Amino acid sequence: MKKLTIAELRATYPYVDDFFDVNGLVVENDSQTVAEYIYNLPYLFLENMGLEHESLIKHFRAFMSSMQGLDKSQVFAVDSLTIIGGTDKSGQREQTEVTIERGEIICIVGPTGSGKSRLLADIEWMAQNDTPTGRRILINNVVPPESWRFSLNHQLVAQLSQNMNFVMDVSVKDFVRLHAYSRMVRKPEKKIDDVISCANELAGETFDPSTPLTSLSGGQSRALMVADTALLSASPIVLIDEIENAGINRIKAMRLLVDQNKIVLIATHDPLLALSGNKRIVVKNGGINQVIKTSKVEKMHLEKIIGLDKVLTEYRERIRNGETLQHIL
Amino acid sequence: MRFLTVSGPPSSGKTSVILKALEVLKPKALKVGVMKFDCLATNDDRLYAAHGIDSKVGLSGSLCPDHYFVSNIDDCVDWGIRHGYDVLISESAGLCNRCSPHIKNCTAVCVIDNLMGIDTPKKIGPMLKMADVIVITKGDIVSQAEREIFALKVRQANPLATILHVNGMTGQGAGQLAAIIEHATAVESLRGAMLRVSMPSALCSYCLGETQIGKEKQKGNVRKMILD
Repeated sequence: MKKLTIAELRATYPYVDDFFDVNGLVVENDSQTVAEYIYNLPYLFLENMGLEHESLIKHFRAFMSSMQGLDKSQVFAVDSLTIIGGTDKSGQREQTEVTIERGEIICIVGPTGSGKSRLLADIEWMAQNDTPTGRRILINNVVPPESWRFSLNHQLVAQLSQNMNFVMDVSVKDFVRLHAYSRMVRKPEKKIDDVISCANELAGETFDPSTPLTSLSGGQSRALMVADTALLSASPIVLIDEIENAGINRIKAMRLLVDQNKIVLIATHDPLLALSGNKRIVVKNGGINQVIKTSKVEKMHLEKIIGLDKVLTEYRERIRNGETLQHIL
Repeated sequence: MRFLTVSGPPSSGKTSVILKALEVLKPKALKVGVMKFDCLATNDDRLYAAHGIDSKVGLSGSLCPDHYFVSNIDDCVDWGIRHGYDVLISESAGLCNRCSPHIKNCTAVCVIDNLMGIDTPKKIGPMLKMADVIVITKGDIVSQAEREIFALKVRQANPLATILHVNGMTGQGAGQLAAIIEHATAVESLRGAMLRVSMPSALCSYCLGETQIGKEKQKGNVRKMILD
């Protein structure tokens, strides 16, 4: 790579321009190598920018290798996640070892402050008896390499919560394009269409790709977040924190994530979501208190809840559309 | 004594993440002190005191904050050693984006938040680009996708740093920062140590208190914009 001119680099590694851009460098002559270019930068310019020749070269090498790393590993496959218990806040041994398989939905229940966030943090950090809980996390039944902790493309957990908002000042379409770009997606246009149409299926009200991101309604935002996480995020585990009132089709949303082979963890008290899972992890006093398998009887209750939810959704739609409930029995 | 510099734009969450990380370190019973550098006023010393953490405040007032920092930091380190601290943290706000308090061979942390916009990593200079560790905060209030885009921009701006996501409210991710603080570089003195990058320089009439605008008052190191 050292011998390639900037023009040649651009042809093979289009993201090389991000390096110049992020460092405020303007390239006028692309027939030189990056090293030649950097060593020809005037000292005064570098001084102004707070840069140095040597460190800039070092940064360039690290930049290229980290971007190539992103480019190569598109799929971060996780078949199973195992949580080996540590201790709770009072130092009591936690019950259990829990293994979660790809495509499973697991609910985490427990009051505020019970330790749900800490459980998530342990999973996210791939704890190896080095967090306050002393938990250990296995991926595919083995201890994951430590380098994953800081690698952009090995972020285990994607998060979705009620408190999240879009803050970027761009259109929906440009936003998804930026995300696709950051994921190094080869054919972004197709992906953009997929994400937006998928989000529209989940949202109560549909929206146009040209809508400014920040003017989406709560439900639309949540729908776009779910669709985008399912289709564009590399993280194999999705943690959803209380999206019960989000005004999106929750069953479809879960299905979408599971169909993308994600492991879904939901912190929720919504019976519809809680019973859609195969298991519920009960968190108390900072520790995993028990793991409840969703029983057959509970699955029957779930059918009933889904029925109720349909009725409510229908009522909501009618009211939204300016109709009355006058003629419904 | 372990010593590290923590810097970041105002309100990015420096104090919050330090507090959360020190909470994690509490069981280790280390003697930790924080040097808070600010310009005009700060209440952070009270915040640290409320958490039982010793701190000292340095206010630069009308001086360039970074120049004030560098003229005092060696004494601060001596002070810390004299008083038997295990860890000393220097906390300072990068007020102009060209600022950077990072010192060669001393652990350097930069704190930025997800709300600053995706062009921010590019705009912040050596404070971010020359840091060893970059802590990204406020990830709980923006979407996953924006967090991923932002993290990539940060990675591009500093491909060598360790990037941590820390939630200053819940403390999620603070354990990693705690480990970095605990294992920060050991120093005996900063005399003779080198800054990673030269500081923004100026020596003009306005440095000396001139307030009147106009060509005849512009003396010393003055640089003009090219407008036509």
